[in-house]
Amino acid sequence: MEAFADFWATYSTLIFTVGIHALLALSLWLTLSCGLLSLANAAFMGIGAYTAALLTLHLHWPFPMVLAAGALAPAAVALVIGAPTLRLSGVYLAMATLAFGEVTRILVLNLEITGGPEGLNGIPLLTTWWHIVLILAAAGYALARLRRSRMGRAFEAIREDEVAARMMGIDVEGHKLAAFTLGAVLAGLAGALNAHSTFFISPREYGFENAVDILTMTILGGISSLIGPVLGATILTLLPELLRFLHAYRLAVNGLILIGVVLFLPTGLWDSRRLRQLVGAWRTRREGKP
Amino acid sequence: MLEQQLVNALTLGSVYALFSLGFTLVFGVLEVINLSHGAMFMAGSFAAMTVVTRFKAPLAVGILAAMLVSGLLGLAIDALILKRLRARHAPHLIPMIATIGATTVLTSAAQGLFGVEVQRFPDELLSTREFIFGSVHVRALELAIVGIAFLLMTTLFLVLRHTRQGRALRAIAESPKAAALLGVNVEGLFMATSFTAAALGGVAGLLIGLNFNSVTPLMGQPILHKGIAVVILGGMGDIRGALFGGLFLGFAEVLSKAYLSSQMGDAVAFGLLFLILLVRPAGLFGRVLERKA
Repeated sequence: MEAFADFWATYSTLIFTVGIHALLALSLWLTLSCGLLSLANAAFMGIGAYTAALLTLHLHWPFPMVLAAGALAPAAVALVIGAPTLRLSGVYLAMATLAFGEVTRILVLNLEITGGPEGLNGIPLLTTWWHIVLILAAAGYALARLRRSRMGRAFEAIREDEVAARMMGIDVEGHKLAAFTLGAVLAGLAGALNAHSTFFISPREYGFENAVDILTMTILGGISSLIGPVLGATILTLLPELLRFLHAYRLAVNGLILIGVVLFLPTGLWDSRRLRQLVGAWRTRREGKP
Repeated sequence: MLEQQLVNALTLGSVYALFSLGFTLVFGVLEVINLSHGAMFMAGSFAAMTVVTRFKAPLAVGILAAMLVSGLLGLAIDALILKRLRARHAPHLIPMIATIGATTVLTSAAQGLFGVEVQRFPDELLSTREFIFGSVHVRALELAIVGIAFLLMTTLFLVLRHTRQGRALRAIAESPKAAALLGVNVEGLFMATSFTAAALGGVAGLLIGLNFNSVTPLMGQPILHKGIAVVILGGMGDIRGALFGGLFLGFAEVLSKAYLSSQMGDAVAFGLLFLILLVRPAGLFGRVLERKA
């Protein structure tokens, strides 16, 4: 038991981070499932984190309400900016969401209430491990149900061919806005949980690099199933810890992974179809040899 | 005061234009959003810094080193990554993600090789001469920066406009397939474009490094975001648009920093970009391209 206590004392922060990153990767998975490449999810996470932290610090709201507000504030922003932005497609959307992320970061950096570049300090540590597990499980369940629902099928249709989806009578704009906003809800939740598990937040944690990190996790894992993003988040969170001996060159490994996956594993690590084929091939080989 | 700000704006704007020119050239010809262009900017700056401090070479050699090192890096990224993705007809977003990976690798390599601290050019290298026009003081350095930027841009315009290769390149920008059928060496020109664009980015990095006398491994990131803003302002793939967009952003940034708020200058640039995208999705000067279903 003592060994476990030691292990937990050393690694609990890391395990919390794995959970929060998994939630972020799922938030981007949701946006991508509708064919939208958004670089705004890091900013949505930041909005959630700051909203939640400010409500705890100044208004002393109870934690569940703080989490709800942390999820709803970025969703409200997503609704407002989504309506005009989502008319853009492909790379233009990526650029517009990047610009939105930069404006958000610079605003947070210069506002009085957000503490400027120093950020917010002394946020009470209210997040416990079961909050993260519970929310991650709930999000996973909800997304799994969503995939098989009318809405999830519509997302998939829009991702595959927008024009064809529109011809079939799908409300393309409405569904895009829904995917964008629901993604913001998950990112905001991750931000609120993160703010209450790290004691301190600053604008540096929600910039372009973080948007790219979220994207890397999701792409590495693969977007063909919900397991992919969670797997990608876990690997990319644990990897830097294992590669400490590389010092300054540590980040290069992340870059090489990203290039390698794009070149050699376009569908990501966890591709359900490829796995089924592998399992099938293994079975036939075993049955062939008595 | 205003005149002085205009000089600063012109200096900054011409470097933004030079940087964005390479960025937009790659998009126009290869149809790739090359997010490693900021890393080329950083690499050019470090290459020149190394040549002038380690080997005591004159600045002109530094400029050549910046072009060569960045150009070769751009060529390597094209040959190792973009070429394979072209062969596979990967969707637009894939090369964009791959070049983010290349940026991470190069930034991390620069941090390992040169450290994270700000590096400065030796003082004797930077001429402190000033020219005085009425109430305006112009540093010789600023004149040189604007001069070099415009010289390179004019050369590129002339090459694109009047040479056989330039015409072939414009044909590829219209349709790579048709150009290939007409006997244009498409792959060769793709590689030449990658080299040229990266070389221009490298010189832009050196010029900014000289202007602020500061070179760091992370200097490519903010300029990349500005380059994106410029290219969208001017229309993606539009060469003249990059020139006007770059100058426009230089003026918008310097003037809003001087007269509105010193910290919010960057927010003004990106806020503007955001608004322009909403009103004119293909940029201020761009034509709207609709997908033909």
